Amino acid sequence: MASTLDLKRTPLYQNHISLNAKMAGFGGWDMPIHYEGILAEHQQTRQSATVFDTCHMGEFVIKGDAVQTGLDRLVSMRIIDMPVNSCRYGFLLNDRGAALDDVIVFRVEKEEWFIVVNGATIDKDAEHFRNNLKQRSSFEDISTKAGKIDVQGPKSREALMELGFSVGAIEYYHFNHFEWKGHSLLISRTGYTGELGYEIYCPWELTAQIWELLLKSACRQAGISRVKPAGLGARDILRLEVGYPLYGHELSENITPLEAGLKRFVDFEKDFIGKEALIKQQAQGVAKSLIGLISENRRAPRQDQNIYTDDGRMIGAVTSGTFSPMLQKGIALAFVEKTFAVGGQKIYFGDDKSKNFAMISPKTFFRGGSLKF
Amino acid sequence: MEIVEHYFYTKEHEWVSIEDGETAVMGITDYAQESLGDITFVELPEAGLEIEQFGQVASVESVKAASDIFSPMSGEIIEINAGLESHPELINKSCYEKGWLIKLKISDAEEKSSLMTADEYRSFLESL
Repeated sequence: MASTLDLKRTPLYQNHISLNAKMAGFGGWDMPIHYEGILAEHQQTRQSATVFDTCHMGEFVIKGDAVQTGLDRLVSMRIIDMPVNSCRYGFLLNDRGAALDDVIVFRVEKEEWFIVVNGATIDKDAEHFRNNLKQRSSFEDISTKAGKIDVQGPKSREALMELGFSVGAIEYYHFNHFEWKGHSLLISRTGYTGELGYEIYCPWELTAQIWELLLKSACRQAGISRVKPAGLGARDILRLEVGYPLYGHELSENITPLEAGLKRFVDFEKDFIGKEALIKQQAQGVAKSLIGLISENRRAPRQDQNIYTDDGRMIGAVTSGTFSPMLQKGIALAFVEKTFAVGGQKIYFGDDKSKNFAMISPKTFFRGGSLKF
Repeated sequence: MEIVEHYFYTKEHEWVSIEDGETAVMGITDYAQESLGDITFVELPEAGLEIEQFGQVASVESVKAASDIFSPMSGEIIEINAGLESHPELINKSCYEKGWLIKLKISDAEEKSSLMTADEYRSFLESL
């Protein structure tokens, strides 16, 4: 276990301390887990708007043609047809077809790409890019220069508009540039909560000012409650309720997108690292499959807990589990042997002493969010 | 951190209130509920069960962790706080009153000598 001295700090570290946040290590970073409380922050995000510190995430810039630089071959999804100011989700794969990371590619200009990666995998991903790009000079890791704040919730648009960021015209998975105090900010309509939401990319040293602005000034209008901060605890519940994968849990260097049920982010019409292995896996059929679980009660299946069929056969294990405030039940994502990945199948988790039953379900547990508003 | 003066405490952060030498009520302390965060699930035993002092008697889950709860005293379980099944957050809101867990018919009131008094528990918390 790394001591807190070894943990990296985001530019918002002092802001979290002054907000009395509960801090903990996450992927090598000292991050806020909660402020007011995990359930309160979850509710604030589903009903109004919250801000999250996501500066731990990594950002790369690649300049040049997608095919000539070799970028196209490094990502699983089609990018050559992306309009400027749009973004797309997909994977960096190893040659076994498993995920080195899940990423979002932004097309900033016809020949300029911005890639957002997970915080814990920045160095590994950067090395993968440097080793595999045909034109290494086109690559830059700007993770320590780019701050990032997520604004999420049904009131996030109003909050940003009131601050003068005219995000109203930005469609889902698109972005735009905004001038702020002489600096350029990139704001995308993306997120990790299943709600309407935006992610603000800004210069590292401006992050704290923007954070304060969002918390202090936003949503003064009648009828809109203030934007509040939310931590990684609420973020994990929010993403699990809508079935989004978390790298290191539902995706890893030993898990392929086919096993994780994310084939729609893989384009077999193009060439990419890991394609051969995925074609083979598709032909043979996957051995394990990611499924959703809804507990019969409020007890949450927990990560690494084994799951069993009614008659006691062990068929898999939980990758992420939590209590869902929207369902008022425990929910989880789990890998099970493919033959058991059948909706409605009853399983149990826990030990013989206290079996807790759950039902295999679709991975999107909550569908009522404001995502596409 | 709230501590009730005439209650007794364990190192696992359970409290017990000895009512009249024969019955006792137990729950988890303010420190315990604060550390666990929002409590989302409570599993309680059935009435009638005999339990040993410091034996596992319940489990409590929060958005952060699952935690076993141990009985501060031996005895027979005579009542459980059934309201916690649908409102486990009562433990966060009122851990010493509405969020009580179990009522026991105790077998030996002298077992309290192996528990901490409020003052001792206060010092114990300061040492953590």
